[in-house]
Amino acid sequence: MSTTTAPANAPAEQTGTAPAARPRKVRGRGERSRAASLASHGILTVASLIALFPVAWLVYLSLGPDKDDYLHPGGIWSKMTLDNYAFVLQHTNFFDWLKSSLIVSLGTTVIGVMVAATTGYAVSRMRFPGYRKLMWVLLVTQMFPIAVLIVPMYQILSELQLVDSYLGLVLVYCSTAVPYCAWLLKGYFDTIPFEIDEAGRVDGLSPFGTFFRLILPLARPGLAVAGFYSFITAFGEVAFASTFMLSDTKYTFAVGLQSFVSEHDAQRHLMAATAVLVAIPVSAFFYLVQKNLVTGLTAGGTKG
Amino acid sequence: MTVAIDRATGKRRGDRTPRPGLGRRLKDGYQKHWYAYAMIAPVAVVIGVLVLYPLGYGLYLTLTDANSLNTGRTIGVNEIEATYKFVGLDNYADILWGPTAYDRFWSHFIWTIVWTAVCVGLHFFIGLGLALLLNQKLRGRTLYRLILVLPWAVPTFVTVFGWRFMLADAGIVNSALDWLHLPTPAWLEDTFWQRFSAIMVNTWCGVPFMMVSLLGGLQSIDNSLYEAAEMDGASAWQRFRYVTLPGLRSVSSTVVLLGIIWTFNQFAVIFLLFGNTAPEAQILVTWAYQLGFGQQPRDFAQSAAYGILLLAILIVFTSFYRRWLNRNEQQLAI
Repeated sequence: MSTTTAPANAPAEQTGTAPAARPRKVRGRGERSRAASLASHGILTVASLIALFPVAWLVYLSLGPDKDDYLHPGGIWSKMTLDNYAFVLQHTNFFDWLKSSLIVSLGTTVIGVMVAATTGYAVSRMRFPGYRKLMWVLLVTQMFPIAVLIVPMYQILSELQLVDSYLGLVLVYCSTAVPYCAWLLKGYFDTIPFEIDEAGRVDGLSPFGTFFRLILPLARPGLAVAGFYSFITAFGEVAFASTFMLSDTKYTFAVGLQSFVSEHDAQRHLMAATAVLVAIPVSAFFYLVQKNLVTGLTAGGTKG
Repeated sequence: MTVAIDRATGKRRGDRTPRPGLGRRLKDGYQKHWYAYAMIAPVAVVIGVLVLYPLGYGLYLTLTDANSLNTGRTIGVNEIEATYKFVGLDNYADILWGPTAYDRFWSHFIWTIVWTAVCVGLHFFIGLGLALLLNQKLRGRTLYRLILVLPWAVPTFVTVFGWRFMLADAGIVNSALDWLHLPTPAWLEDTFWQRFSAIMVNTWCGVPFMMVSLLGGLQSIDNSLYEAAEMDGASAWQRFRYVTLPGLRSVSSTVVLLGIIWTFNQFAVIFLLFGNTAPEAQILVTWAYQLGFGQQPRDFAQSAAYGILLLAILIVFTSFYRRWLNRNEQQLAI
């Protein structure tokens, strides 16, 4: 390539030592004027601050020892403490909630991905009568407002004695997780070359054999994404959890956090500490997989 | 287009070959596609049992006057039989044009439409802007991207708590506004500001998804298209208009549709921000939930009827959206 298309940043700085050369320099592709670059950085910095602030603020407030500290946050600096965290871990149902959240989320993840994988493969590779209808149904289940399912599900679960049980909540979450996982996995399977299937078939594998022996191992990242998606969806769900879980040792975090408001006389400093304790591991986990998450989400879309 | 001969291509609309008898077709279809059906069976079962059955049940409830006082339940050892009765389409009629229908349904309906349009619009344009910025060669763009994804990484119920601290009467937002000698609205009490806060918080939560999806779309656009456009003397705006936007079309039509569906049914933000304190700021979903579970007696029938109406609105909308896409020769990426 010609020298004008050299990487943007490095040469521009080096030429700074020889200002005479500058005015004649032609801007290459992907290079911008200094002003445009500053503007980009400015906008991105402001956006980053906006993205960061509410979370950082929550962390800051969680260090204040009194329940009204959020009203005069200036005072927190001088008396910062981790007492709130110690209190939450020792004197609340934190670990019960952790247990329920994990049981319910992991249960949903495992069932959701297992059930959805074969369907994702079938709609990615096979064109069978009813294919379009199935895709349509998978999309429509995304649209179900909780209000239409929550009442009948409550009735059904109470008939099956599954209200206030982990299994009940897992089943409920599967109704949203499974169709979406199938959809996500379809997008991922689409990115695996069809030639692999053909090679497998030529070598005498059945469609199931191809799927289990060749495609599933290749699709591990996609499965991880679908699993993670089910996990965070189940983890953060509020409406079903607060309706179906009745005893406070079985609350998930989403419900347990709210119970602070009533049970502990709006002890906001403890709420903040709990929120931070919940958010840290989930966010860390999220960052580990976020790049794949995006690929998974848009795989179908970018192919066009 | 030639007529598709291979049945397996799936696109057979307008295919006019005479069809064999039903039994024959079933048998052929079974032999040819049985493994496909075996593979979709688990999902078909889950959807059937966990989605369609409750949906049918819900549909039936909307035709009754079921509430928490007359449905069957067990108190201790006593079984109480259900006593609700079939009332036909009364619930729908009552919701849509009964007395005070405007206050109960139509005002929420209008607000839900406004909410969806404003939120998805903001999500999309802010997301697109940030994605374009992040798609340039820029120092530290990985760091920017990691920070900007943060609102997506933190569970909604946590972030909404953070926002409630900030928007409380004497919280940081009003303190800052006061310090600047600006008016300090009652964010969580006044109807207009409740709606404003809800949109603000939801925008904050929803932008990362759009940004990241569109960034993925931008990165998949072939660079040589830009080079060619530049050779032809296209300005930056023309490159954006004629290369970037068309290149993003299939991603954006998909994420906009998903965004509309999710925002229309967005429960957590409004429910956690206001609880039961903001009747005017409730969108249809949270309103329906309140009818079914946030009051005594719980009105199951009306709540489910709202749900069915919501679902109907979304399905009608999506059908039109798909038809519109097809007319513009685009495909939804599903």
